[in-house]
Amino acid sequence: MNIYLDMFLTFARIGGLTFGGGYAMLPILQHEVVENKKWATEEELIDYFAIGQCTPGIIAVNTATFIGQKYKGILGGIVATLGVVFPSLIIISLLAGMIEAFSHIAWVQHAFGGIRVCVCVLIFNAVTKLLKKAIIDKFTFVIFLAVTLGSCFSNLSPVIFVIFAAVAGIMIKTLGGKK
Amino acid sequence: MMLYLQLFYEFFKTGLFTIGGGMATVPFLYKMSDATGWFTYNDLANMIAVGESTPGPIGVNMATYVGFVTGIEQGGLPFAILGAVVATLGLITPSIIVILIIAAFLKSFKDNQYVGFAFYGLRPASAGLIAAAGISVIQSALIFPEYFKDGFNPDGINWIGCALAIVLWLLTNKINKTKKLHPVIFIAFSAIIGIVFSMG
Repeated sequence: MNIYLDMFLTFARIGGLTFGGGYAMLPILQHEVVENKKWATEEELIDYFAIGQCTPGIIAVNTATFIGQKYKGILGGIVATLGVVFPSLIIISLLAGMIEAFSHIAWVQHAFGGIRVCVCVLIFNAVTKLLKKAIIDKFTFVIFLAVTLGSCFSNLSPVIFVIFAAVAGIMIKTLGGKK
Repeated sequence: MMLYLQLFYEFFKTGLFTIGGGMATVPFLYKMSDATGWFTYNDLANMIAVGESTPGPIGVNMATYVGFVTGIEQGGLPFAILGAVVATLGLITPSIIVILIIAAFLKSFKDNQYVGFAFYGLRPASAGLIAAAGISVIQSALIFPEYFKDGFNPDGINWIGCALAIVLWLLTNKINKTKKLHPVIFIAFSAIIGIVFSMG
């Protein structure tokens, strides 16, 4: 089989089998990319995953681009990334079309009324989980508080807060290190 | 045509400034709703539920969904699918560009101390942005601010919803038998409760 087609299909399978992205993807990547296809070693995969978390964009997409480009250059990176998002495009388009078609039905609206409550709890859980790793001293607590309040009570774009937080992190660490 | 360019631009921005996975794109989508009016907060909460319950990275699922809903206003299914494709490509383009550049000097990026310093600030900020988005969801699910213009009014609170939220929090955090279950199970449970009590 053509290597690019193989790459596309393999990453499409990975995307289609991952629920939630991020860490949920790692075991499937290990199985497909390291053990089956041997496109990267275990160490490389862990490296890509770690760097995928500290470069812009969502982790799953970043890791796919990394592996693809490592094995087959720029075109490989693009093909692997398109593969990993392909199942989402199909599945979500089908579901969104169905939901749009049925959204006027009363009981569907009631169901989503209940689901919205669940989404509140899911987001709350996501935040508490992130906080355990993020808040490690008083500076990080202040950054968390400032961004939460700033984002609630202003119309500033998240872009501004992301830039502010990166600069603040570098300044606090650089100045703090010299004490 | 302009709409699709704008859709691509908005998601390009989201892809460029999102750090991490999971819910990290959600705050950008709330601001997008404010700025463009393409979809409502209620739409967004539904999208989060669908994005969590289907295969694929949540951020990609959300982008596809937003693109679909935005496109369908233009005149039906083909426009919706084009919107889904454009939004998703917008989200992944910055990743591809940045990674292809970084791959050239991989090790020095990973070991650069300033990258670590930046993340010391970025992690709490990311949590803060998601927390603020969570407060927006609470406003569309549990509290109806329009009832509070003349002081406190108990009709402005979705009491059954609050009770459901507490039950869900206990199930997902405190009860060992249920806390490892996949979110889709809690979403389905909430949908049934919503139908039984005619919520929303």
